[in-house]
Amino acid sequence: MQNSSFPEGDFRAPVPVLAPGQGYRSITDKLTSIVFTKNTPAAWFAFVGVGFMLVMGLMLALTNLLLKGIGIWGNNIPVGWAFDIINFVWWIGIGHAGTLISAILLLFKQDWRMSISRSAEAMTIFAVICAALFPIFHTGRPWLAIYWLLPYPNTMTLWPNFRSPLIWDVFAVSTYATVSVVFWYTGLIPDLATFRDRAKHPVVARIYGVLALGWRGSAKHWYRYENASLLLAGLSAPLVLSVHTVVSFDFAVAVLPGWHATIFPPYFVAGAVYAGFAMVLTLLIPLRVMFHLENQITMHHIENMAKVMLVTGLIVVYGYGCEAFFAWYSGNSYERFMMINRTWSGPMAWSYWMLLVCNLIVPQLMWSKRFRRKIPVIFTVCMFVNVGMWLERFVIIVTSLHRDFIPSSWAMYYPTRWDFITLFGTIGLFLTLMFLFVRVLPMIAIFELRTLLPDAKPKASAAGDGGSH
Amino acid sequence: MDFASVRNRLAGLEGRAYWRSLEELADSPEFNDYLHREFPVQASEFSDPAGRRTFLKLMGASLALAGVGACTRQPPQKLVPYIRQPEELIPGTPLFYATAMPMGGYAYPLLAENHMGRPTKLEGNPEHPASLGATDVFGQGSILNLYDPDRSRAIVGRGEIRTWSAFMAALQATMNAQRGIGGQGIRLLTEPVSSPSLVEQIQQLLTDFPQATWHQWDPVFGTVQGGAVDFAPIYSLKAADVVVSLDADFLGKGAGQLRYSKDFGSRRRISTPKDEQSRLYVAEPVPTITGAKAEHRLAVQASSVHALAAALAARVGVAGVTAGPLPDTVSAFVTAAAADLAAHRGKSVVIAGDHQPAAVHVLARAINDALGNTGTTVRYTTPVTASPADGAASITELVTAMNAGKVDVLVIIDANPVFTAPANLKFADALAKVTTRIHLGLYHDDTADLCHWHVPAAHYLESWGDVRAFDGTVSLIQPLIAPIYDGRTAIEVIASMNGQLGRSAFELVKDFWTRAFEGSTTAKFDLKDPAGRPFATADAFWRHALHDGFIASTSYLAPGAVIPPAPPAPPAPPAPPAPPAPPAPPAPPAPPAPPAPPAPPAPPAPPAPPAPPAPPAPPAGFEIVFRPDPTVLDGRFGNNGWMQELPKPLSKLTWDNVAYIGFATAEKLGVKNEDVIQITSEGRSIQMPVWVMPGTADGTIAVHFGYGQTKMGRVANGVGVNAYPLRSSSAPWFIGGASVTRTGATYVLASTQTHFNMEGRNPVRVVTADEYRHEPRESVARLGAEVPDKDMSLYTPFEYNGNKWGMAIDLNACTGCGVCTLACVAENNIAVVGKAQIKKAREMHWIRVDTYFEGSPDAPAMYHQPVPCMQCENAPCEQVCPVGATVHSDEGLNDMVYNRCVGTRYCSNNCPYKVRRFNFLLYSDWTTEEIKAQRNPDVTVRSRGVMEKCNYCMQRISHARIDAKVQGRDIRDGDIVTACQQACPSDAIVFGNLNDPNSKVSVLKAQERNYGLLEELNTHPRTTYLAVVRNPNPALDKA
Repeated sequence: MQNSSFPEGDFRAPVPVLAPGQGYRSITDKLTSIVFTKNTPAAWFAFVGVGFMLVMGLMLALTNLLLKGIGIWGNNIPVGWAFDIINFVWWIGIGHAGTLISAILLLFKQDWRMSISRSAEAMTIFAVICAALFPIFHTGRPWLAIYWLLPYPNTMTLWPNFRSPLIWDVFAVSTYATVSVVFWYTGLIPDLATFRDRAKHPVVARIYGVLALGWRGSAKHWYRYENASLLLAGLSAPLVLSVHTVVSFDFAVAVLPGWHATIFPPYFVAGAVYAGFAMVLTLLIPLRVMFHLENQITMHHIENMAKVMLVTGLIVVYGYGCEAFFAWYSGNSYERFMMINRTWSGPMAWSYWMLLVCNLIVPQLMWSKRFRRKIPVIFTVCMFVNVGMWLERFVIIVTSLHRDFIPSSWAMYYPTRWDFITLFGTIGLFLTLMFLFVRVLPMIAIFELRTLLPDAKPKASAAGDGGSH
Repeated sequence: MDFASVRNRLAGLEGRAYWRSLEELADSPEFNDYLHREFPVQASEFSDPAGRRTFLKLMGASLALAGVGACTRQPPQKLVPYIRQPEELIPGTPLFYATAMPMGGYAYPLLAENHMGRPTKLEGNPEHPASLGATDVFGQGSILNLYDPDRSRAIVGRGEIRTWSAFMAALQATMNAQRGIGGQGIRLLTEPVSSPSLVEQIQQLLTDFPQATWHQWDPVFGTVQGGAVDFAPIYSLKAADVVVSLDADFLGKGAGQLRYSKDFGSRRRISTPKDEQSRLYVAEPVPTITGAKAEHRLAVQASSVHALAAALAARVGVAGVTAGPLPDTVSAFVTAAAADLAAHRGKSVVIAGDHQPAAVHVLARAINDALGNTGTTVRYTTPVTASPADGAASITELVTAMNAGKVDVLVIIDANPVFTAPANLKFADALAKVTTRIHLGLYHDDTADLCHWHVPAAHYLESWGDVRAFDGTVSLIQPLIAPIYDGRTAIEVIASMNGQLGRSAFELVKDFWTRAFEGSTTAKFDLKDPAGRPFATADAFWRHALHDGFIASTSYLAPGAVIPPAPPAPPAPPAPPAPPAPPAPPAPPAPPAPPAPPAPPAPPAPPAPPAPPAPPAPPAGFEIVFRPDPTVLDGRFGNNGWMQELPKPLSKLTWDNVAYIGFATAEKLGVKNEDVIQITSEGRSIQMPVWVMPGTADGTIAVHFGYGQTKMGRVANGVGVNAYPLRSSSAPWFIGGASVTRTGATYVLASTQTHFNMEGRNPVRVVTADEYRHEPRESVARLGAEVPDKDMSLYTPFEYNGNKWGMAIDLNACTGCGVCTLACVAENNIAVVGKAQIKKAREMHWIRVDTYFEGSPDAPAMYHQPVPCMQCENAPCEQVCPVGATVHSDEGLNDMVYNRCVGTRYCSNNCPYKVRRFNFLLYSDWTTEEIKAQRNPDVTVRSRGVMEKCNYCMQRISHARIDAKVQGRDIRDGDIVTACQQACPSDAIVFGNLNDPNSKVSVLKAQERNYGLLEELNTHPRTTYLAVVRNPNPALDKA
């Protein structure tokens, strides 16, 4: 990139991905030192401490749930799904940024993804773990649901109902989890080998050695590694679209006004990417400060992510518009009522307006380059988007359910403290896993960053296809 | 609530004005306060020390009982396992026995289903004229009382558990002491009694102890205000084209309600658009289910009904009655009703309410006489209950005697006067002055607590006895099970007082009827079989009567019935009456002196006493109307979780009693639902939550009593507010001059329906008779949305080669009484969830009765709609269940496979009718042993985490299928009767085979007014509705 064909100062010239002045050694030193250090930042302890406390809350909530039943939550009839499925969809959506960054941006050869792909992928996996808790625990009898939803051969020749979107969910989410884990682990191997080589303590070296699966960095290894990455990226890319499409079918297939909408698949996918990038930023901004990674995760990265957020956010808002338009244009009185109830006359109309503030109004700040380069502003916007995307699912799920077809069955929904403990518990779980991850594994792909260094570019011949755009 | 904005919105609407719900119920931390009231116990934390103490007490009591039982010589009645199985008893096949529930002195005839010696379900006796197969909510709910673990289990004498023989000895000693003085210290207090055998025993007692006195008190039955009449009307509404109700809830209350609902319903279940249906006018202070069926309902204060009745009488030409001035609305109502009545001479009827004073009854009779209705639509007989006392007067007399120290022995049978007696009498204080107090009751209640002796009463399903139905038909009570808690019957206690120690109820009752057969009883009976033939032997008669459950020839309506004819009506009282003087004189304004024989040929009207001066302005303040609670009644069903949880008609409230006030009154007071008001009357006051009930007369506060018990049991205690302190003996039903203040406090109420507005969606379709006649199909169809083509589905349609079940519900017949819900609860082992869960919208009822209000909140039209599972052909629930736990059966049902259900609740989310119910917690009571015996063995008791819903009583379908198979035939129409259908008093629900074009259900569904709920969703519901057809009087309909 440094030997770009554009003259110095030309606005078309690509922005360097890494801050200048770094070499192989400095990068490797920097990134391994995060793990091999005795000076863990105090902030790390603070985050993990809070996260762990919330995890304890989660354990308490889930134990109580298993002992007593779904009744400890606020769910009722008509609102059969509430925080449980809101949280599920929210977490699954959050995971999407990781896959998008590692798979689609890889295929599109977006080099800037390299600084953030590893942590984003990790985030995907942890988000899927948080998400997966809900489909299991939201059932009345999780001890049966955990395997009855799987198509296993049995003497009664009893199969799941393949017409049910929940079964599609099982396949979509489990595929997604599997591919994400494999992709992530494959990407880790060269760096695990680096860790193995750098570890001082023999036990630690041994552990990383086992995990590195005998990686020696031979050309053959690299060749296979590159192929595997491409293949896995190819596998993952459709998942970015399919997983949330299938999740949206949970709603779109139902007859309920507010759910029964054809716009849902694209609208959900955009929402997922939107939420995912917001969450990546929410995590990376503090990590970047905590571990002094300003040289590796530059403002360029942050700005790019803010742009993706802005674009997907606009798609989501387009989705809101479509929903409203269809409700009116369909001429269906239930749909129209649903929209009026959701936005105006209903007791939960506040959630819709909060949602618009969070997802429509606040992110418009990202149009301004000045704000895109201001960390506090970006962080604030991301927090709004995180909340907004949760509210979006609240609006879709709870507000649609609480007043459906027959007025006599309408009822209010109120969450209980267990709903909140569970929600925040999964946030704690996510935080804990994420911070444990950065402390024991390379949070940035070291070997990939090395390829971004000027030294990695064969000087003359590669100038034409420099790998970046 | 912002009343102004509600009014504005109403004013701004055009066309049919549907108005919004009164408000959304709010969640609140008060939930915790109610947790300990919950039933079943699992739902609560069992952390309440009082509850734990009760539990320990119970444990202690049962242990003690076990000890006592060990020392008692068991009666020689055998309850041992079968060595040789009796011929008719097949395990798994229930047996049915005829019996009757006595309540307030009247029979509610029943058939009890008995599984291996335990009664599990009660149905109406289809042959009995007072039931014709239907039951009311009390009949359905009473089975749970039988198994109530909190029922009294031991004889308690002066605080200690005693034996029956100890009680007998004590009783004997007491009676012997009275023998010398003619029993002048003996007082007997019962509820109204119609049982011939019991009456004989009581009369025997009164003969043996000539100075003894018999009092009657029941807070609901036989309590009259403004004097009792000595005649009793029996209506035949089948013949009535025009019905005018003067504050009479004849479809919802009283011993005749089942028969009246059937007969009234027969004029509403029209089969062609040409059918003439009856027209109902109702004037009442507070909405009842009768008022909800009315074409024209007028909200008037209870005290104004007399004036209205007088005006009506004057208009239809009853001699000697003149109308006073009336407000315009009332006047228009009266004019229209009078014209309609006059146009239907002999085919109309005026019904006066039990809560109205004697004068109104006399007027109603005078109108019926004048119109020639007497003898066709109504017959007057003597009252069924023996020595029909004015209950309030009777207990007043008793208290006076007690206070005067004249009462040595008070025997209280099946009553709880300490709780229920009018508050001004201070019954408990008076009771303390009685030397020996004996109580027989089902519960160790407030009265038992203050009595020296308490004897547990046997539940009627454990008893032998007899009781008359509303039309006089003697019905036999036979036990379905040996007394579970060693209870005794009233007749055993009275007989013991008569010196017939140790005789069992069976002996006493059978002996009575044997003597009756022989003609040696004082009361004479005409005992014939239904065909009118006399019986050969006493035994044949007895067996026959037991089998049938009643003796048809004893009906007062039977040809040649041996009953004293009704006394002639006293002349109609003058009008308009003074509004009942509020506090002061307890003087029963008895109907004017006795019979001036039938009105002399009316002389030219004497210059009528000039229009009486404007009736004295009603006392300032509010008029309180007292009503028994629709489900727990006077409190006797308070410890019954089913009854607590059964939504009250119209308000759909559960687990609480409230004060209904009208919309305008609420606006004036500035209160809304759940606000607590203080009501003061005659210097006594209570605090009570408010429910704004549209259609309540302005200035009226309808207070429901029966709640606020403290000593009944774990379900009843501490639930609701005790409203008895407001009731006075002089005005037990309505009283003016009350004052109301806001307290500022609020109280959480749990209603199963929070939105009573149809939102223009017309789940209930309503057409007028005129519209329906002219455009039968279109008038109904246009109220719904466009229905898509039947073939529009991704899936191939199901084929039904055999049966194809379906249901039709005639909304025009449905009265909204709610018995379908309770019958379903009893049949299908549906759990009780408790108030907090109801508040969270988690009720479990498989069939709910929705209520909608339409029009002005001051005079709304009211509609009911029972909603069970629609068993959709194209069911949204079936497609989304991930594990296939809800599947389509080959007979068209949406089967629910509990075993397979993992509880994702997706099916419920996708159910547009929201009829699916989820076990959010462990709702079924798996621990209380007593309750287990009640359960229907054919139906799974659901555990937590599974979905459940109506399945058209598939256990009954299976029974019918097996029977048909055994007999080698097809299932016939009518073989399968669902629980809701069976209980329905107005025959609104019909179930059957849709593949059979001649089945009753197919014929109904072929009617023009048949429609499916939310048909536009292409669900193809199996349960369909027949639209409401109202037949308004054109003269009144302009508004």
